[in-house]
Amino acid sequence: MDMDIEHLAKLARLKLTDAEKELFSKQMGTVIKYIEKLSELDTKNVEPTAHVLGLNNVFRDDAVKKPLTVQDPINDSPAHSKGHYEVPKII
Amino acid sequence: MHRTTITQARELLNSKKLSSVQLTEAVFARIDAVEDKVKAFTHLMREKAIEQAKAADVRISKGEEQPLLGVPIALKDLICTQGSRTTCASKILDQFVAPYNATVVNRLNAAGAVIVGKTNMDEFAMGSSNENSSHHATMNPWALDRVPGGSSGGSAAAVAAHECIAALGSDTGGSIRQPAGFCGVTGLKPTYGRVSRFGLVAFASSLDQIGPITKSVADAATLMNVIGGKDGQDSTSADVPLPDFTQALDQDIKGMKLGIPKEYFTGGMQPEVEKSVQEGIRTLESLGMQTVEVSLPHLDYAVAAYYIIASAEASTNLSRYDGVKYGYRSPKSDNLVNMYENTREEGFGEEVKRRIILGTFVLSSGYYDAYYLKGQQVRTLIKQDFENALEKCDVIAAPVTPYPAFKLGEKLDDPLQMYLADIYTISANLAGIPAMSIPCGFVGEENLPIGLQLMGKHFDETNLIAVGHKFQQATDFHTQQPPL
Repeated sequence: MDMDIEHLAKLARLKLTDAEKELFSKQMGTVIKYIEKLSELDTKNVEPTAHVLGLNNVFRDDAVKKPLTVQDPINDSPAHSKGHYEVPKII
Repeated sequence: MHRTTITQARELLNSKKLSSVQLTEAVFARIDAVEDKVKAFTHLMREKAIEQAKAADVRISKGEEQPLLGVPIALKDLICTQGSRTTCASKILDQFVAPYNATVVNRLNAAGAVIVGKTNMDEFAMGSSNENSSHHATMNPWALDRVPGGSSGGSAAAVAAHECIAALGSDTGGSIRQPAGFCGVTGLKPTYGRVSRFGLVAFASSLDQIGPITKSVADAATLMNVIGGKDGQDSTSADVPLPDFTQALDQDIKGMKLGIPKEYFTGGMQPEVEKSVQEGIRTLESLGMQTVEVSLPHLDYAVAAYYIIASAEASTNLSRYDGVKYGYRSPKSDNLVNMYENTREEGFGEEVKRRIILGTFVLSSGYYDAYYLKGQQVRTLIKQDFENALEKCDVIAAPVTPYPAFKLGEKLDDPLQMYLADIYTISANLAGIPAMSIPCGFVGEENLPIGLQLMGKHFDETNLIAVGHKFQQATDFHTQQPPL
C-alpha cells in the first residue's frame, strides 16, 4: 500500500519539506504494513466501537452561567483587532 | 520533607508540625537542587504556589482538614491553567494561556492543593519517551541517560525525584502507566469517563483520561476522590456514583480472583522483567488472592487498532491549530491557505505530523472502511475480550512494559518500535477500563524499576486500589529512592 504523502499533506494543511516527505513515506510504509495485520481478523458481523460508554444525547439543565467574555478567547489570537480575528487575505 | 507522600504530608500539616509554605518551599528547594539533571518541568509557578500555600495555611489554622489542603502537586502541561501557560510541549502552543481552568484544576483549587508547575511531556501526548518535546527531553531519575517514559514522563520523573508530592498525567495508550513503571512510581488510568476531560487538550477523545501519578496507591486514592466525578462541562464524563476511593484501602483481598492473561506471558518480555512481574503475582497469591488463567486473544492486534483510532482522532482534533484562534502563526504567509500550511509545518514536531498524516490517511476516501472502520471493529473484539476475562476474575495482573526504561535516542528513529513499547497498556484504553501501574521490582546493574499492571472492570478502580495498597503494604519497592 503506497501512501500519497503529498495529497495527504494537502488534505491536512501541512506543508512538508522534501526531506519529511521522503522520511514519512518510508516510515509510514512500515507502519501501514504493520496495521494491515488487522485484515487477518474476520470482522464481518462485528459492530464498530466508537465510544466505550455508549452514551447518547447527554443533556444538561439550560441554566444561565457566567460565560467567558468575547474578548477573553480573542486575546489568545496571534492577530486580532476590535474584537475580531485577523487573517491574511482569502481571495 | 519533599520526600513525603500526600498521606504523610497531611499528617504533618494537620498536626501543625509543618506549614504548607514550609513544605512548598522544601519542594522548590528540591527542584532547584535536581531539576538541572531531571528536567521534569516545562515551567514552574513558584510565586503563585507560595500564595496558594499561604492561603492553605490560613484554612488549616481554621481547622480545615481536606485531604489535599496545602499539598504541592504538579500538572502535566496539557491540563489548562487559567493565567499561566499550557504548552502541550508544542511550538504551536508555546505561548498559549488558557482563558479558563480545566475542571480537575478547579477541583484541586477547591481542595486547597498547591500547584507547583507544569510538567514536560511528548508533544500533544504523542510518544513514549518524552523526547518529542518542543522544550527539552526529560531524564529518568533512576538513570539519567535513560528516558522517563511518556507521554506523562515529566509528571512521573517529578514524582520519582520528589520535585512534587504528587502529579496529574493523562493516559491515551499508556501515558500514565508506562512512565510510572519506568520511574518506579504509582500511576492510575481511571475508567474512561471517570474524570472530566474539560480543559484537557485533546489528543484522542475516545481514549484520553486524566489520572494520578503518586508515591503510593493510598495517594492515588486520595487524588481520585478530588478529581473524579460527573462534570457538566464534559458530556463524556460518566454519571455514575463516585465512591470514597480511600475506603478501598481497608478492603480485604483474600479470596479475590486475580486473572493472569496467558497472551501477556508468551516470551515478549525481557526475562528479568517477567521474573519481577511473576514475583509480584506470587506476592499477591501470598496475600490470599487466587490466580486464574484468563485469555485476551486479540492482544496482538491492539497496537494496530490503537494507532488507527488514535491517529484518526488526533488528525481531526489537531485541525483546530490553524494560526487563527490561538497559538503560533507563521509570519511567512501572504494568503490564508499558506498561512495554515506554514503555521502547521513550523508549529508541529515530527511525530505529531506523522500521526496527522496517518490519521488523515485512515479517514480518507477509499480507505475509511479498510482501516478506520476495521480498527473500530477490532476495538469491539478487544473490549469483549476484557468483558469475558473479567467475568472470571476481579482484577487482571499483567506487565506494564516489555522492558525497563530504554536509553535516550534508542528508539527515536523507528516509530514502529516506539509504538510497540505500549503493547501491554494500549488495550485498557481501547476497552475503556481502569488500569494501574505499581512498582514490583528492580532489574539490571542500574537497578531500573519495573511495573506491575492491574486492570479491572469499568468503574471498578476500588478493586485496583485495594489490591495495589495491600501489595504496597507487603513490599517496599514503592519506597525505594532513585540515586539522585
